[in-house]
Amino acid sequence: MGKLSAFADSKLVLLAIGLLGITVLAALFAPWIAPQDPYDLAQLYILDARMPPLSRNAEGMLFLLGTDDQGRDVFSAVLYGLRISLGVAVVATAIAVVLGTSIGLLSAYLGGRTDAVLMRIVDMQLSFPAVLIALMLVALLGTGIEKVTIAIVAVQWARYARTVRGAAMVEREREYVEAARCLAYGPPRIMFRHILPNCMAPLSILATVEVASAISIEATLSFLGVGLPITKPSLGLLIANGYPFMLSGNYWLSIYPGLVLIAVIIAINIVGDRLREVLNPRSER
Amino acid sequence: MGAFLVRRLLQGIVTLLVVSIIIFVGVFAIGNPLYVLVDPSAPAEVVQETIRQLGLDRPLHEQYVRFVLAALRGDLGTSYVHALPSLELIASRLPATLELVVAGLVIAFLVGVPLGLLAGYMANNWLARLISSLSILGISLPTFWIALIMIIVFSLELGWVPTGGRGEVATVLGIETSLLTASGLAHMALPAIALSLFPLALIIRLTRAGVREHNRMDYVKFARAMGISPQRILVSYVLRNILIPIVTMMGLIFGTLVAFAVVTETVFAWPGIGKLIIDSIKVSDRPVIMAYLLFVVTMFLVISFIVDLITAALDPRIRLVKAS
Repeated sequence: MGKLSAFADSKLVLLAIGLLGITVLAALFAPWIAPQDPYDLAQLYILDARMPPLSRNAEGMLFLLGTDDQGRDVFSAVLYGLRISLGVAVVATAIAVVLGTSIGLLSAYLGGRTDAVLMRIVDMQLSFPAVLIALMLVALLGTGIEKVTIAIVAVQWARYARTVRGAAMVEREREYVEAARCLAYGPPRIMFRHILPNCMAPLSILATVEVASAISIEATLSFLGVGLPITKPSLGLLIANGYPFMLSGNYWLSIYPGLVLIAVIIAINIVGDRLREVLNPRSER
Repeated sequence: MGAFLVRRLLQGIVTLLVVSIIIFVGVFAIGNPLYVLVDPSAPAEVVQETIRQLGLDRPLHEQYVRFVLAALRGDLGTSYVHALPSLELIASRLPATLELVVAGLVIAFLVGVPLGLLAGYMANNWLARLISSLSILGISLPTFWIALIMIIVFSLELGWVPTGGRGEVATVLGIETSLLTASGLAHMALPAIALSLFPLALIIRLTRAGVREHNRMDYVKFARAMGISPQRILVSYVLRNILIPIVTMMGLIFGTLVAFAVVTETVFAWPGIGKLIIDSIKVSDRPVIMAYLLFVVTMFLVISFIVDLITAALDPRIRLVKAS
């Protein structure tokens, strides 16, 4: 616990960690917390449609954040949406970390021509904006949950590859790597068991912040209608679906999913910032 | 300089070729456009005839070669939906996007540089920290959400500006622009501000870092020792030096903003190329998707080539490093 209290030195960081904890729990246990299954049509009553926040229906059921045009509880929809948004972002980031880290390590360890070619690809990709790459991929692959995941992985892998390569290039010259070579350990063992653990600091900082950017990319694509399908309503899709009703005054359909979305993104950024300060003593702020 | 130029140009062409193959093969894999174009209950002969007319019955590599040859003549295919040449379609929507991007960049520059100077100069007071925090938000928050909030506040609640569309346009030298009519400007205000937030945040950070870096340099110390007022040092000495990287960054970010405009244009129903591509993706309008992607990638490569050229001309060190 000593480490955590040193890490969470300010109220803001503590608040951000608390908020993230709650959102992760809410996403994990959405089916048990939510008052209704928002996608079980048998539980929806059209008479409950478009009720403002904090209203109750005839049976006394409380709609904390109001209902949509089909009588769906917005609070439940937000919990389920959070589950999908976080799920996609975490899975995509995990895949990108594994892919990018492997490529970065390989590039640093092998050096020479392989390194040059891989880094040229990384450079080429990083010169294009993330939105354009994501858009290009959904334009090419089509939409859907796995296509969006691929798009996020494609946007992110190059950043991990570059970061890990940079750190690994420094580590490669250290004596312990030489010692490991003298012990005749194979390259995979040296790369993953010896060099990788020493590259974890920059990698974990990047991965934290990138989860937020993954959430943002998915939400943007879904909002534009080229992301997740209507059967997988993430927060971005909820905002998009509520948007037409917002113009007629039913603001709660878009606002609440949006507030949850930005709260998560901001909290992750605060934690990532703090992580950077703690793990990189040289950083001057 | 000549070798560097040729090398850089070849690099760009290779990148473009690779991207064009990826785009072509990828676009070929998208859902069958026939289902969008032909009534499902149409007789088989009609379906066959449509396939033949669109050239979809030829092998993939043959279609690619035909596509490249036609592209070199400036023909990127005909939109399945609009029945117009796709390049013409993009050209007709481009001015709307460009004026939005330019307006966004101008706003970002005019607001960002003073705020960045302030944040860098004041170092650690609350205002400087507020500006820095806001600039982090500007980078990390999804643009569409900020745009939605702006619509709620300024259009729906306050009723100052319309929620979307382009308004009246005036025609200058054959190009339509919203900049010259009152209605056009009112329609443009929100999307331009929404689009400016991302470059604004970058400019603030860049300016702030520049001021901090230059304040430690000898020439600033000398100027201070000469008794020149801090404000004057900031504006006529430091600013002049940090403007170079800022302007370079703005050049590079121009392309990014054209891509970014996709989001802003969709939210505000602004009839530019960003809205065109989203609409085209939704109905699998292959020629338009390909033309858009190729156009944006080409624009990107041309911009980075020009920026590289200018920086290389200004600084011989870059030339030597990049050529080796």
